[in-house]
Amino acid sequence: MDRQFSLDMKTRWGHMKKSGALLALPTIAWLFIFFVLPLLIVLVVSFLSRGRGGVALLPFTLQHYERTFDVFFIILRRSISLAGLTTVICLLVGYPLAFFISTRRRRLVQQITLFLVILPFWTNFLIRTYAWRILLGEQGTINGLLLSVGVIDEPLTMLNTQFAVLVGLVYGFLPFMVLPIYASVERFNFRYVDAAYDLGANDARAFLRVILPLTMPGVLAGCALVFIPSVGAFVTPDLLGGTRGLMIGNLINKQFGGSGNMPLGSALSIVMMAVVMLSLLVYVFANRRERGA
Amino acid sequence: MLINEGAMGRNRRIRRLGQAGLWLNPMVAYFFLWAPILVLVLFSFNSSRSVASFSGFTLKWYSNILNNVMGAESAFSTAIMLNAFRNSLFVGTVATAISTVLGTMIALAMARGKFPGKRLIDGLLFLPVVIPEITQAISLAIFFKVAFDWFALLSGERVFPGFHTIIAAHVTFNISYVAIVARARLADMNPRLEEAANDLGANPWRAFWRVTFPLILPGVISGALLAFTLSLDDFVITFFTSGVGTTTLPVFVYGLLKLTVTPEVNAISTIMMLISTLLIGISLAMQGRAASRV
Repeated sequence: MDRQFSLDMKTRWGHMKKSGALLALPTIAWLFIFFVLPLLIVLVVSFLSRGRGGVALLPFTLQHYERTFDVFFIILRRSISLAGLTTVICLLVGYPLAFFISTRRRRLVQQITLFLVILPFWTNFLIRTYAWRILLGEQGTINGLLLSVGVIDEPLTMLNTQFAVLVGLVYGFLPFMVLPIYASVERFNFRYVDAAYDLGANDARAFLRVILPLTMPGVLAGCALVFIPSVGAFVTPDLLGGTRGLMIGNLINKQFGGSGNMPLGSALSIVMMAVVMLSLLVYVFANRRERGA
Repeated sequence: MLINEGAMGRNRRIRRLGQAGLWLNPMVAYFFLWAPILVLVLFSFNSSRSVASFSGFTLKWYSNILNNVMGAESAFSTAIMLNAFRNSLFVGTVATAISTVLGTMIALAMARGKFPGKRLIDGLLFLPVVIPEITQAISLAIFFKVAFDWFALLSGERVFPGFHTIIAAHVTFNISYVAIVARARLADMNPRLEEAANDLGANPWRAFWRVTFPLILPGVISGALLAFTLSLDDFVITFFTSGVGTTTLPVFVYGLLKLTVTPEVNAISTIMMLISTLLIGISLAMQGRAASRV
């Protein structure tokens, strides 16, 4: 019996060795401990009660979820609509930009125009966001310029508003839209457009029926890549939004400070994860349908 | 006939408008992308404290940050900033080393191994890249708190967050990026080369070090450089997992940025931009050279 077992173990070991599973094991173990397990803990904590100092205690409760959809619903809705608006603006700005880059005839020009999109994003996200504080502030550059030209008499309030957050999000995530669309327009064969013209299509029809459907995978990937980090944004609303531009990411952050509430923070973060997962599902299904069509 | 010509004329006008738009849009977009950065750099050289108008060139703010001066209201110490930078380099180096090994291993297993559950592992590798940073940050913060509480209960000794927690967190988000880059390289490589090495009598170990590894090395190096850059730049996850005395540069800079707009902060930002641009430029140049050699 014992020998049988050890033999069994040996062949299994040998099998694992041969299959390469052994090589994957340490990494899987790491990701399980530091990625999966923490998320599971968050899930459990989100159902626990709040103890003194904001820690989690038994018994189980649903109150944090109730509060999320009750008191904090307005902030949840704001986060989703700001992220949605960011995605739409990035698409409207990013698609023509990606189209412009990938239709440059000379390879060098194409590389330079692409590089000009990527280069600003080599700088730290904090600093890129901070730059908008200089521009949008009460005594900032834009107000200074407008006042000196005489367009306005009073400085505009732009910083610490939802507008500022929107600008910051679009600025922060625009390349995530441009790059996948660029990749799919680059692959697009423009002879199809000629064929469409030959078959009597006008410009709008050629774009809507030929170019857009064939570059749809890039559009979908870009939308997912912009929407997801926008929903969970923390730095942008923190530096540009003030209290009026508060998003769910800031709310979560607050639950981990001095007068925090860890279970509430966990519940908020689970709800945010659900939104993210939902948008990922939409992306996967849309992508599959697009490929199938 | 006449109607048709009218329609064609309209079509042509729309097309001209569309073409103008296709030129105008990129110009506006490039302006939008570059103006904030250029304004930031410009005002780091402005002789007055204002960011509303430029009044003259100065290097005063740069010398201020080297001499422990940071505006009027906030306390600032050059020594603390340099210490934060050292911490960043340390965390980045260790996290990059660990994540490069783990990421390359799983990339190899996924590309060459035959075992069940590969799609699940794909998902596991993909998720850390897509879920919002704040989610990962707070889940790690809670995880470490729970783990340290249990540890204190069992052993009676208290452990506090510090370098070990930051490094563990950085390794976790870096693994996926290293694996993605290394896998792309492995996909380009011809598996016949390994089979040939085996046929010629090399054992798998030897075949790996003499054939596979040298061929995927450029991918491993660019993965490592990507990991290092991400590590140096990370703010959100570090913010939630760092302890007392283990502040990294981005966490330190965040403290400054939140306070107020000062020309000294603009100067620090300009220096940081210069450093990261140089770093990535060098890594790209190395990648280019490595790619052209293979």
